[in-house]
Amino acid sequence: MIPPSSPMRRREERDGWLFASPWLLGFLLFTVGPMIASAFFAFTEYDVLTQPKWVGWANFDKALTDDPKVGQALKVTSIYAGVSVPLQILLGLCVALLLNTQIRGLQFYRTVYYLPSVLSGVAVALLWRWIYAPNFGLINSFLARFDIVGPGWLGDKDWALTSMIGMSLWHVGGGIVIYLAGLQGVPSELYEAVRVDGAGRGAAFWHITLPMITPVLFYNLVIGIITALQIFTQALIMTNGGPHEATLFIVLYLYRNAFQFFKMGYASVLAWILFAYILVLTLLVYRSSGFWVFYAGELKSR
Amino acid sequence: MTVSAHDNRQRLPAWEAALSHLVLVAGGFFLMIPLAWMLSTSLKSLGTVMSLPPEWIPRTFHWENYADIFRLVPFGRYVWNTVVITLLDVVGKIVSCSLVAFAFARLRWRGREVLFLIMLATMMLPPQVTMIPQFVVFKHMELIDTIVPLVLPNWLGGPFLTFLLRQFFMSIPLDLDDAARIDGASNFGIYWRVVLPLSKPALAAVAIFMFNGSWNDFFGPLIYLHSRDKYTIALGLRSFQDQNYTEWHLLMAASLVAMLPVVLIFFFAQKYFIQGIVFTGVKG
Repeated sequence: MIPPSSPMRRREERDGWLFASPWLLGFLLFTVGPMIASAFFAFTEYDVLTQPKWVGWANFDKALTDDPKVGQALKVTSIYAGVSVPLQILLGLCVALLLNTQIRGLQFYRTVYYLPSVLSGVAVALLWRWIYAPNFGLINSFLARFDIVGPGWLGDKDWALTSMIGMSLWHVGGGIVIYLAGLQGVPSELYEAVRVDGAGRGAAFWHITLPMITPVLFYNLVIGIITALQIFTQALIMTNGGPHEATLFIVLYLYRNAFQFFKMGYASVLAWILFAYILVLTLLVYRSSGFWVFYAGELKSR
Repeated sequence: MTVSAHDNRQRLPAWEAALSHLVLVAGGFFLMIPLAWMLSTSLKSLGTVMSLPPEWIPRTFHWENYADIFRLVPFGRYVWNTVVITLLDVVGKIVSCSLVAFAFARLRWRGREVLFLIMLATMMLPPQVTMIPQFVVFKHMELIDTIVPLVLPNWLGGPFLTFLLRQFFMSIPLDLDDAARIDGASNFGIYWRVVLPLSKPALAAVAIFMFNGSWNDFFGPLIYLHSRDKYTIALGLRSFQDQNYTEWHLLMAASLVAMLPVVLIFFFAQKYFIQGIVFTGVKG
């Protein structure tokens, strides 16, 4: 045991701050400072070139009552997140359950399912634009074989958002890898116990597998929602918010205000609305977790 | 990811195994088709791109498409710019995150718990909130159209990858630190000679995640880089699309080149990818 006031402990105390200093610096310079500035900008009219002009709550009034595009952006973004995240989790879990058996070719399947999920960015957005292209794209040229004229997908206001959601399912593999690891972490004694009790595989799934991996599902739900609400690259490259604002996601609208119209004050308000929205959703999911997330450690530690 | 000790994997009856394979093959087929479609298109001529039904295997392979993209736009320049930014980001992220993670995982100091919680809380803050003031500051420092705004923040830690490393560092026995201390090692010595050498898999995962994020980043370059000779691949692809929006054979060749490094890393380092996300996702 090292006494708490020894030179060694004091050195450790000092070095702790020293080692953490890159993040502390980054936190002050790139998080706290900008947050304060952003809160200030929200009450101003500011185009970067001239001095910010104080306008009080005007930006908030406009965003919350006077700008139908904000409502549209929140609606579109919520539908996207609300449909794509649960679908990804459900599909990912199903595949993970299939793989969590003594099936041959586990490595192969895992590679195939995981590969698309590591690809992202403009290249992927371009690929999917081409897949959804109205005349010669992958889907419509396939439908043409059966003399079906497919919709315009990204160019059709009724299909554009659905197309984006469909594309998001290509990235289902990241979750699969996590679920698979979670499934492997379920203590096998539990399975042996229910087997002794004579329970079938269905019962084992509902009473053991599913409860035991709820923490993993919870984590993926939270991260998935936060990520989905910030969708941007696909929107800018594939539809640019159109047609008829059917894919005007909130970050795209924010980007336009900030960097195309140079309305930094208004864009700051949009950023805070997004933050508040993420916070509320995360909190709701977190509050709900008491009802459906089961932590094995709770039994032991409390 | 070891499955030896606790193997929960059930043995399935033959018909169920066959059914599973059927479902998995079908799903895998759908996931691979977009990539096959991209490769196929990238080897076609403009004429055969627009033919119905599409030729999956072009009669002649137009490899020259790949040369054309470097000829039509300064794609080589874009690749170089992206490589520079990505390398600086990866090195900065590994250095800064490992130092901070070491402070949170291995050193005892007042304020540690509170600051760690604050760091975790910042994960929920969408980057859009801080992005506008950051832009304003860099604008007033006349650093727009340089790589500084893209690289500098990555030399100052970051919650996700610090958290990943911290979790890994915690799993290394603390006795090793005490033994090194008794031998007279400084805290930096413990970081450098004890913890880092034992953390290579986690460091590899951090490097891969950062590489991926940096290589594909679009928002950052979009707002900070304006002159064409400073463009990254992501920006180059976008301007290429705006000019040649119907020349899908060239667009797909360029997209494939853009994805290639990530695909290669994936095949050679899949293990680290998987360890990384398992570490944040399951043990977090």
